[in-house]
Amino acid sequence: MNTRINRRNFNRLAGLGGVAFASGLFAHTEGGRVWAAGREAAQDFYFVQLSDTHWGFKNDAVNPEAKNTLPKAIAEVNALKQQPDFVVFTGDITQTTDDPQERRKRMAEARDIIKGLSVKTVRFLAGEHDASSDNGAAFKEFFGETHYTFDHKGVHFIVLDNVSDPGAALGEAQLNWLKSDLAQLDKKQPIVVLTHRPLFDLAADWDWATRDGQQAIDMLMPYEHVVVFYGHIHQEHHQMTGHIAHHAAMGLMWPLPAPHSQPKKGPVAWDPAQPFKGLGWRSVDSETKKMTVALTEHPLAKSTT
Amino acid sequence: MQALAKRRTAALTATALAVAGCVAATEMAPKKPPVQTVEILAQRFNFTPEEIKVKKGMPVDLALTTLDRLHGFDVPGLGLRAEIVPGETTHVKFTPEKAGRFLFHCDVFCGEGHEDMDAAIIVEE
Repeated sequence: MNTRINRRNFNRLAGLGGVAFASGLFAHTEGGRVWAAGREAAQDFYFVQLSDTHWGFKNDAVNPEAKNTLPKAIAEVNALKQQPDFVVFTGDITQTTDDPQERRKRMAEARDIIKGLSVKTVRFLAGEHDASSDNGAAFKEFFGETHYTFDHKGVHFIVLDNVSDPGAALGEAQLNWLKSDLAQLDKKQPIVVLTHRPLFDLAADWDWATRDGQQAIDMLMPYEHVVVFYGHIHQEHHQMTGHIAHHAAMGLMWPLPAPHSQPKKGPVAWDPAQPFKGLGWRSVDSETKKMTVALTEHPLAKSTT
Repeated sequence: MQALAKRRTAALTATALAVAGCVAATEMAPKKPPVQTVEILAQRFNFTPEEIKVKKGMPVDLALTTLDRLHGFDVPGLGLRAEIVPGETTHVKFTPEKAGRFLFHCDVFCGEGHEDMDAAIIVEE
């Protein structure tokens, strides 16, 4: 029985635009080994990643469908025949504002729209638009803590916050917390790190980096099976640092150009002939016993929802 | 994150007017290379000037000030970083060893136009 394949077949038949991208990215794939010793039994599962919804953003030249994009993504996820175990939002849920009252209004609206998900287990991460103006205070009121861990079917998930500090750092306290958490794990424990900014220097002069992200990567390096999922750069991107795979997801408000593909990183213009082009979401299949993950990208542009 | 096109155009125009007068070689003792002193003004969401030209191999003193709030000054390509604190002048001194165009940006989140707050140092041969 392969539920992943069955679900993908359904996606294709339903015209949901699923594009299988990659597999084997818990890095050292060693088929057959049962991982997660000492934790709950390893089982296959899948989750959905949505990112950079920027609720409250207004600029028709960039996205004239700003108010419809997040609801459209949620409708697509709800239309999946086999629902994911959970959904994760990897930051920039709202567009920043200097007005604390307006900030909370946007968060309340976004939260209420997200409640429309059929899946009721939703994990939230902050982006700099959500948290950098008040060190995460409003975000915590609506979405909870900004760094935490959870375990799911044999995989250890670590949520890192590289945005509450407006200087884009994890900070000494959080790095110490990470060190303590990792110290409890077997080196073969599969780990998924969720964060907003890239932990590595993808394009530091475009502010696509975490100031002390390398320290986190160094801590993770002794662990054999680590994958990082993040947002911030509003496009699909895949990069390895050693054996650790880093995967950025498309955003859900405007796409950005490939790193250093142009002098400045302004948004890719909205194309009326191809509305929602460059926007989308991702599903991640964890074939836990095989120590692999498989990514499927779901562009909104191809959606009929 | 979205740039406001009108604001950007205005900033570019202001920069173009400011660039010519901002790089000045001060007179030094005959055997010492002159220091290129450049004043850079930060405010949400731009730097003035937006393009700075300096000579390779000649010492540079960047004098950074801010009109409104704390900003960052980060030039990854040259390994330079500082914070620009209101009411203070932050000096960043270096001697460029390689020619090229080096982007710099504010790396302390400062609001909706933060991601577009960048500029460039041009190091000429």
